[in-house]
Amino acid sequence: MERAELLEQATVAKQAQKRIRIHCCTSTGCQASQSLDVKKQLDNAIKTHNLGDTVEAVGVGCMGFCGQGPMVEIEDADSPAEKKHYQKVTPEQAESIIGSLNGSGEADAIEGDPNHPFFSRQLLIVREHSGRIDPERIDEYLAVGGYQALHHAIYEMSPADVVQEITQSGLRGRGGAGYPTGLKWATVAKMPPGQKYIICNADEGDPGAFMDRSVLESDPHRILEGMAIAGYAVGATQGYIYVRAEYPLAITRLQKAIQQAKRKHCLGAQIFDSPVDFTIEIRVGAGAFVCGEETALIASVEGGRGNPRPRPPYPAVSGLHGCPTLINNVETLGNISPIIRNGAEWFAGIGTERSKGTKIFSLTGKIRNNGLIEVPMGITLREIVEEMGGGVPGANNVKAIQTGGPSGGCIPDRELDTPVDYDSLRELGSMMGSGGMVVMDDDTSMVQVAQFYMEFCRGETCGKCIPCRAGTVQMYQLLTKLLDEKATKRDLDRLKELCGMVQATSLCGLGQTAPNPVLSTLHYFEQEYLDLLQPDPITVAAANRG
Amino acid sequence: MSVVTLKINDIDVAAEAGKTVLDAAREAGIRIPTLCHLDGVSDVGACRLCLIEIKGIPKLLPACVTEVSEGMEVTTHTPQLDEYRRMTVEMLFSEGNHVCAVCVANENCELQDVAIEVGMDHSRFTYRFPERGVDISHPQFGIDHNRCILCTRCVRVCDEIEGAHVWDVAGRGAAAKVVTGLNQPWGDVEACTACGKCVDACPTGSIFRKGSTASELDRDRGKLEFLVKAREENQWTR
Ligand code: SF4
Ligand code: SF4
Ligand code: FES
Repeated sequence: MERAELLEQATVAKQAQKRIRIHCCTSTGCQASQSLDVKKQLDNAIKTHNLGDTVEAVGVGCMGFCGQGPMVEIEDADSPAEKKHYQKVTPEQAESIIGSLNGSGEADAIEGDPNHPFFSRQLLIVREHSGRIDPERIDEYLAVGGYQALHHAIYEMSPADVVQEITQSGLRGRGGAGYPTGLKWATVAKMPPGQKYIICNADEGDPGAFMDRSVLESDPHRILEGMAIAGYAVGATQGYIYVRAEYPLAITRLQKAIQQAKRKHCLGAQIFDSPVDFTIEIRVGAGAFVCGEETALIASVEGGRGNPRPRPPYPAVSGLHGCPTLINNVETLGNISPIIRNGAEWFAGIGTERSKGTKIFSLTGKIRNNGLIEVPMGITLREIVEEMGGGVPGANNVKAIQTGGPSGGCIPDRELDTPVDYDSLRELGSMMGSGGMVVMDDDTSMVQVAQFYMEFCRGETCGKCIPCRAGTVQMYQLLTKLLDEKATKRDLDRLKELCGMVQATSLCGLGQTAPNPVLSTLHYFEQEYLDLLQPDPITVAAANRG
Repeated sequence: MSVVTLKINDIDVAAEAGKTVLDAAREAGIRIPTLCHLDGVSDVGACRLCLIEIKGIPKLLPACVTEVSEGMEVTTHTPQLDEYRRMTVEMLFSEGNHVCAVCVANENCELQDVAIEVGMDHSRFTYRFPERGVDISHPQFGIDHNRCILCTRCVRVCDEIEGAHVWDVAGRGAAAKVVTGLNQPWGDVEACTACGKCVDACPTGSIFRKGSTASELDRDRGKLEFLVKAREENQWTR
């Protein structure tokens, strides 16, 4: 297919759109508060007001402000800058919202401020179309320039050029550890030609995190496009999306998207009539945190038990069915088409020296504005929590921020001015992780926080290696003993020893990082642990005797 | 065959390329404790007892799956490694119910041997006393889950040598356990050929031959290795 033809399709799709678009979020969060009904009533009201020629209600993906859903946003092509935001919209309010469009009365709905720092401080790259296009229609994706990057890559760039572009962009893996994406691609590309695979890791499992789910539900084609570009770059013709069964809406939308993309020749055999083939299949995982670990994920895709195996060999050398395999997380793949579209230099210009681009966080916990945010790397935690998040509700103060989920740690309030990037967070004993960010206030017991994460790891360890299987159980018990005010100094020492041992000897990342929440709370809030200690009966007895 | 030279505990060792550090160390007469490793079947690196230090690599690596390479400098014993090993064994004892005095494998048990080797005389961790079952539905054998350390040696011999794949692991974390068939009573699993390889493979008293009383169990580990050699190298004498 000629480039002109693709552009033509985009123009046709664009022209088919009405002047006024009413975006109504139909992602999981808002669906849970009846947004589908809201959408239906909006459609009805458009009909009764006879506005069908200029107005359309569009079921879109997540707008990020999930705590205030259902969200409805009005965009007028004549004045795109002046958006209107309605929050917590009920089906009954739909009528008045439509009514307000032709001036017959005020909209009877809570109006939000689209210029609030929660929105204005964001920089949308991965989520640029989230909440603005209908994820179930490929035309909407084409209208915003979708699949043009793939076309460009296939026809204007060699596979090596693509790898080079990704390398130069400085993109690092968004799944947690921050491994340079270009290097990973280059390794797989350099393996001798033959069967290779691309896997999209959509096994998001951190408590409180829903970034990947939201991206998949809101803009599935962008992930497919990123995977196809990756396939072309490293010489793979088969891709799998490994998504957890708890994400039914994401799965349905992905399935639809794959079918539509195939029909348009954006995927499948001979993409755009070129010699390039790339097929994508979905693999549904039963939902085990450990399957986020690359080797466990591969075992699960192969149909086996999701157990990690020792590395090396790394998946890039010997992965799925023993073939070279590139595994990238959803958010990483979401960055690919914009990088190809705008160039490595553009991307490298965003963020900090060693962390480029943006990062999506799910901001939750004791904070006024909950939701998903995409921010440029280098923004400080204070800006996120105080400006965007609006701080802690009530009279309390921020005590700590937990980032990185069960593999991460707690950052105390005195470090709030730390810029968000891979290295600074690691220096503080936490990590970027996949993007959970939980704000905690003065009332939070840090020992309880550590216990919560240990309980999670204890339940999610695969059980293959002893330090993680038994160590997390023992650590959980010691933390519980502390909280029950039955522990002595010796128990605390044992806890510290265990942290070191589990970290150093576990087989995979789950076990190696499981002690992190304990270590970081011990580091910054040791007094809370000490305050719970009881006198050691042996020392007491000795003192009494003496 | 190419040969590489490496240093293990400052001793120069020559080893066949492709061999593991564990093989090389054993050949050189250096003992590294193991539990999940079994000659003749694949390695899984699960018990973590064979962890070693390699110069220039910040992580500890399992000797059983790490290949030797030219110029490698390996240390198999340091106070830290010894401490980790002891903790590992202590945790194994506290997560199951290991009452040696009434075990068929008493004095014939690799878990006991390793405990002695790492100098464990008691466990500093809380005993869990888990409720675990015993399955004696098989006419010839039984499995006592109380003594299982989840080394998966039974799983691998059955799959890789016998080709029956009767055994597998179910559940995760503290609830992980080996199962027969589709988690059926062993006696109901038609795929079981009653070959007894799992009995020979089990390092503890977990899988046993019925009728053996305490301290009577005699395992023939050599048989397993012999079978693999016989098939691979056509060498039918032992
Ligand atoms: S570290 Fe934990 S999750 Fe990883 S292999 Fe060991 S038991 Fe399984
Ligand atoms: S039954 Fe024996 S061989 Fe099988 S996993 Fe348990 S201890 Fe290992
Ligand atoms: S023998 Fe190497 S990990 Fe068990």
